[in-house]
Amino acid sequence: MASSAPDTAPQKTRERLAEATILFAGDSGDGMQLTGSQFTLATAYARNDLATLPDFPAEIRAPAGTTYGVSGFQLHFGSVNIRTPGDEVDLLVAMNPAALKVNINRVRKGGSVIVNIDSFTQRDLDLAGYDAHPIDDVLRERYQLFEVPLTKLTHEALADFGLDKKQMDRSKNMFALGLALWLYSRPIQPAIDWLGKKFAKKPDIRDANVHVLKKGLHFGETTETFTTQYEVNPAQLKAGVYRTIHGAQAVALGLVAASHQSGIPLFYGSYPITPASDLLHELSRHKHFGVMTFQAEDEIAAVGSAIGASFGGNLGVCGTSGPGVALKGEAMGLALMTELPLVVVDMQRGGPSTGLPTKTEQSDLLMAVYGRNGDSPMPVIAASTPGDCFWAAYEACRIAVKYMTPVLFLADGYLGNGSEPWHIPNSADLAPFEVTYATKTNRVINGEDVFLPYVRDEKTLARPWAKPGTPGLEHRLGGLEKQAETGNVSYDPQNHERMTKMRAEKVQRVQQDIPPTTIYGDAEGDVLLIGWGSTRGAIEAAVDEARSRGQRVGAIHLRWICPFPADLQPIFDRFEHLVVPELNNGQLVRLLRDEFLLPFIPVNKIQGQPFRASELTTKIDSILGTT
Amino acid sequence: MADNNQDNNNPKGKKPTLPPGYAPKAKKPTLPPGMEAKSKKPTLPPGMEKGKKPTLPPGMQPAGKRKPAMPPGMKAGPKGAKPAMPPGLAGGDGAPSRKDFASDQDVRWCPGCGDYSILAGVQRLMPELDIPKENLVFISGIGCSGRFPYYMNTYGMHTIHGRAPSFATGLKASRPELDVWIVTGDGDSLSIGGNHLIHILRRNLNVQILLFNNQIYGLTKGQYSPTSERGKVTKSTPFGSIDHPFNPIAVALGADATFVARTMDRDPKHMKAVLKEAHGHAGTGFVEIYQNCNIFNDGAFFEFTERATKSDRAVFIKNGQPMVYAGGKKGIRLNGFSLQSIDLEGGDWSKDDCIVYDETSMELANIVGRMFWQPDLPRPFGVFYRTARPTYESLLHEQIGMVTNKQGNGDLDTLLNAGDTWTIG
Repeated sequence: MASSAPDTAPQKTRERLAEATILFAGDSGDGMQLTGSQFTLATAYARNDLATLPDFPAEIRAPAGTTYGVSGFQLHFGSVNIRTPGDEVDLLVAMNPAALKVNINRVRKGGSVIVNIDSFTQRDLDLAGYDAHPIDDVLRERYQLFEVPLTKLTHEALADFGLDKKQMDRSKNMFALGLALWLYSRPIQPAIDWLGKKFAKKPDIRDANVHVLKKGLHFGETTETFTTQYEVNPAQLKAGVYRTIHGAQAVALGLVAASHQSGIPLFYGSYPITPASDLLHELSRHKHFGVMTFQAEDEIAAVGSAIGASFGGNLGVCGTSGPGVALKGEAMGLALMTELPLVVVDMQRGGPSTGLPTKTEQSDLLMAVYGRNGDSPMPVIAASTPGDCFWAAYEACRIAVKYMTPVLFLADGYLGNGSEPWHIPNSADLAPFEVTYATKTNRVINGEDVFLPYVRDEKTLARPWAKPGTPGLEHRLGGLEKQAETGNVSYDPQNHERMTKMRAEKVQRVQQDIPPTTIYGDAEGDVLLIGWGSTRGAIEAAVDEARSRGQRVGAIHLRWICPFPADLQPIFDRFEHLVVPELNNGQLVRLLRDEFLLPFIPVNKIQGQPFRASELTTKIDSILGTT
Repeated sequence: MADNNQDNNNPKGKKPTLPPGYAPKAKKPTLPPGMEAKSKKPTLPPGMEKGKKPTLPPGMQPAGKRKPAMPPGMKAGPKGAKPAMPPGLAGGDGAPSRKDFASDQDVRWCPGCGDYSILAGVQRLMPELDIPKENLVFISGIGCSGRFPYYMNTYGMHTIHGRAPSFATGLKASRPELDVWIVTGDGDSLSIGGNHLIHILRRNLNVQILLFNNQIYGLTKGQYSPTSERGKVTKSTPFGSIDHPFNPIAVALGADATFVARTMDRDPKHMKAVLKEAHGHAGTGFVEIYQNCNIFNDGAFFEFTERATKSDRAVFIKNGQPMVYAGGKKGIRLNGFSLQSIDLEGGDWSKDDCIVYDETSMELANIVGRMFWQPDLPRPFGVFYRTARPTYESLLHEQIGMVTNKQGNGDLDTLLNAGDTWTIG
């Protein structure tokens, strides 16, 4: 533990790793999310594959030093294919006792733990609820422990900068970042560039942070505390141009792309809600794409405005989370009845009610499929990785317009906040997205040319989209039951049954646009994992692990949950056990049982955290009786 | 049932001794009608004072009268141009008439309902507005008023309860060239949809809001509404309502509406004139229409609308003109911050003592708009308040235009490749 560097740098061992998982944890005011994202950026520059898991409390500034105020950022990176944010942590950086207490069990035996020993005073220990000092022989024996006086070193580094104590304290995360960058041989320049931009108008703060960042790096280099430096080779990714992207950003880009490719102006109505607000933030920056964003007075107004815009011939979209979807139910029913395109993005979080606003969960599936009054089917699509949010959003828009229907798009907090390297598509490679507005009358009645708003396309059953402003096509839409073809209000019993079945059939026909289901791993065998949404990485990692042990395991991942793809039955027939992992109390499993009358086995985790691959392999073992 | 009980210590019809300081203000200089209003400037919010107008991107009109700003690429139809219509849909050879705006659907309101008169009034007004029929859109919520769009041969949408303003906001914001009308009721807009009403008023989209107020829930068969008077006995209040009623005019003024008016179903001429004014206003034109529900609340407004009492119980306010009623026999004067009905025939008072109405005065609108359930005062009808404020949609597209001018039209590949990228292979 040296606070001043020796004159000559000690000899370090270099070790090459295939992958590693690092977790930065501290108070919600310690800047851990920022530290994590800068480490992510450096890792992207190092050309590794990666997956991240930001994990923070719902409170903006929870009482300092308490366990419920702990904010963490986990990053899994490697030269190999990275599918999850990591089952076990190789390096934990704990800025205080509370962060240590919350996260120590996630560190693998023999893993490294860096603690800021300056914040382990009796008061800090009391706040974290430790009866005895946690840094004891047991801890030292189980982990490779580094006690670094991060606060003191930061203060010393900034002694000549003329900053007050509070300002200096704020920079200690940069020391931790510099040290971590050195440990894993990451480039420091991206962080320096970022600081330069962030504090362009506050050069003294910028210089202080850059100085501390470098000091952290030098500290690793020069002290004898750290004897090993790790290297992780670039990953073998598919050729192309890459960037890191988080899910919320990817959804926004997918929506802009859909608008751009179709030529339909994008109207985004939204009311701020965690974890969907980032979508509104992102889209409001792209006005030069003609994107209209509207921060509505509430969730209902948000969806109402989007439907109103769609009536006007625009691409109406609204983003929210579970509580907001609940409020939008009636309006979604209207979109379904008026058969207007609409995309409702649900960034799921832990529920019910306010639930766990900042934690991830997949528990809105049944609400998405069924959560409206009346027989009210809507296509439901789910994204599987942060980057996939782009493709799923694009597809949701395309289907909404093609079939003239509201579409529910499910992502979740883990996808929205998590990031990964994203293979950037070429706009020319995007699926064609054409739209035709009605311009002419479509029937002759009593020798008169008339426009009937509910005449359907034979293949898609979509009705025509006639924008107000089109002469001669004046028509009225509404929530009352529609007479077939004319769209006039109708209370006729036979008509109601016919229209209800028609609306269901139309959603079913989305199957035409679902590509054949691909199976990951074994195409037939003992266990088939059936997943949807953000669990894809963990599921496929579990398949790899199981197969490497000789088990015959495959997986399919459902993008469309309503309707299901048409080709599932023959796949189910080829496996002995059908296992459905979900981050909820069993929802997809019910839909599958209902549709296929097969003994699907649920695997559920409802802890606000994604699956670890090991949790799934354990389940596979128990099903196959190999434990 | 005094909502705003005036402190009226003065014997009716007698000229009171005024406290010091009030005397000079109590009397207004006699000016020809209309002169007063012009001397007053409309109240503008901070940052929007005259001379501080933001620069508009090329091709964008400032929010002037009836001419909303358009986003790039959007063109309003030539004003007054007759829309090209397929054969059979055109309104004959001549100018469009009321008939052209009636849909082929049977009107299903109860016989004798006040809604018929409003529908007729609106259909009669349409040909005078010189708006291509295909640009007209009527949007409603739920309730008897909600059926209105089905009876108009224009574009229309019957939406969900209370939320019509949100649908209209999305439509008007994205398609500023459309002429959007919201049709709503007292329950729809002031109870379940109160939130949306105040926010559309504050944002000032250039739409019209027709609030059919019948002080009852009709479609659900007779429960009290947020405008029903206290003590009202209805199906849900067999012992009388204990709810305090809203005054819709005061709600609209409180929400910073830029055009606030009241009219009645039984006076088609006044109604049409007020609706025309609301339409001509560049901003949200809020019009409360007293509407008789002859089934569940018959006669709720007869005091103000029927021949026998109308003259004595209703005052029609006109900008720049003294507030007189009862055939010129009575007037309204300002007594401090209170209103007083004065007898113009007794010799004590004359027309010169009456308030000369100024629709650009927020203060006056708030005082006169609050004339509600005072037995001594008549009910005011007409335009209470009118002020100029940029519309939401013009600001929205102005901002999009400014950003586009600065950054150029968005290029998708540039956007996708933004930030730090790297190439593999």
